[in-house]
Amino acid sequence: MIYLELLLTFFKIGLFTVGGGYAMLPIMQDEIVKRQWLRADEFIDIIAIAEMTPGAIAVNTATFVGFRMAGVLGSVTATAAIALPSLFIIIMLAAFWERHREHSWMKGLFSGIRPAVAGLIAAAAFFIGRTALLMPPPDAASSGLDIRSAAIALAAFCAVRFFRVNPIRTIAVSAVVGLVVFSF
Amino acid sequence: MDFALLWQLFIAFFRIGLFTFGGGYAMLPFFEKEVVERFGWASRDEMIDIYALAQSVPGVIALNTAIFLGNRKAGPIGAIAAACGMIAPSLIVIITIAVFFLQIQSNLIVLRIFSGIRAAVVGLVAAAAVKIGLSSLRDGFGVMLALAAMGLSLFTDLHAAWVILGGGGLGFGFYVLLPLLRAQGEVNE
Repeated sequence: MIYLELLLTFFKIGLFTVGGGYAMLPIMQDEIVKRQWLRADEFIDIIAIAEMTPGAIAVNTATFVGFRMAGVLGSVTATAAIALPSLFIIIMLAAFWERHREHSWMKGLFSGIRPAVAGLIAAAAFFIGRTALLMPPPDAASSGLDIRSAAIALAAFCAVRFFRVNPIRTIAVSAVVGLVVFSF
Repeated sequence: MDFALLWQLFIAFFRIGLFTFGGGYAMLPFFEKEVVERFGWASRDEMIDIYALAQSVPGVIALNTAIFLGNRKAGPIGAIAAACGMIAPSLIVIITIAVFFLQIQSNLIVLRIFSGIRAAVVGLVAAAAVKIGLSSLRDGFGVMLALAAMGLSLFTDLHAAWVILGGGGLGFGFYVLLPLLRAQGEVNE
């Protein structure tokens, strides 16, 4: 049953996302793209839409995928499911966490999780790059690395990394640039 | 049950969810405005601690923060009210957009626009990887873990959840158990 599947999948995503934001991409990719709920290129579109709309990216993505799979009720199911692990964990452990978060064993655990998450996000950038840069634009004749896409990706990376341009603005500009360069 | 407080929790986090884009750190100033300045549910220093806490528990950071504050003010029901407030704007906005997007998805102009956007997302995710890498890789062991995680994700079908659990286990072993064993060894000598 699709609702149960959505519930379990997004519960799992909520449970294994530590650090929020882009840290949820690798796990979402494993769950959503490999399950063929979305194609790889649709997954990237949704990241962009989630980034450009109000609210947390992971919540927005859950809402979109849920809607896509099973309408409004699917949307509510997926979004509630991504919040459930947080609700359980925080309500049960709030007091404990405030007392123990400075403990060395907790720090040790997270000193290992954070580098692993960094590696996973780097891998996600590769996967997304493979889809976005190798996939021919709408009316291109050939496949292979698309120079225009590669240039936009590099420019976006530099804008965010070195010039601290806001991601929403970066996406908005790339939309205009895309419309222009892919029309010729 | 204090319905007025529950409504306040819902509305405060609804506003935060509605007016912040992108999640993560972008939301912190809005939390300060609503939670610290408007309602006084936490002090500014406490807010930063709570935010740090929200990042080290599983889940979406903004949601975790809302749930923690809701729970603190009004118990589990408060946590649920806060979470619903945080989620509601996404539901409303994204469903509206999804209806449109599914209709215009195959339009040629839309396809061109999204070809540009997709390429930019590659850059955004790569920048996020670099940023998180720079802040989390403090020693050779961390670099090895990150490379191993990347390799496993790129070249095997291993689920990301196992990579994260494995990283936690190895971190615990390397940063907690190993120093303990070493100290034990020195005592025995």
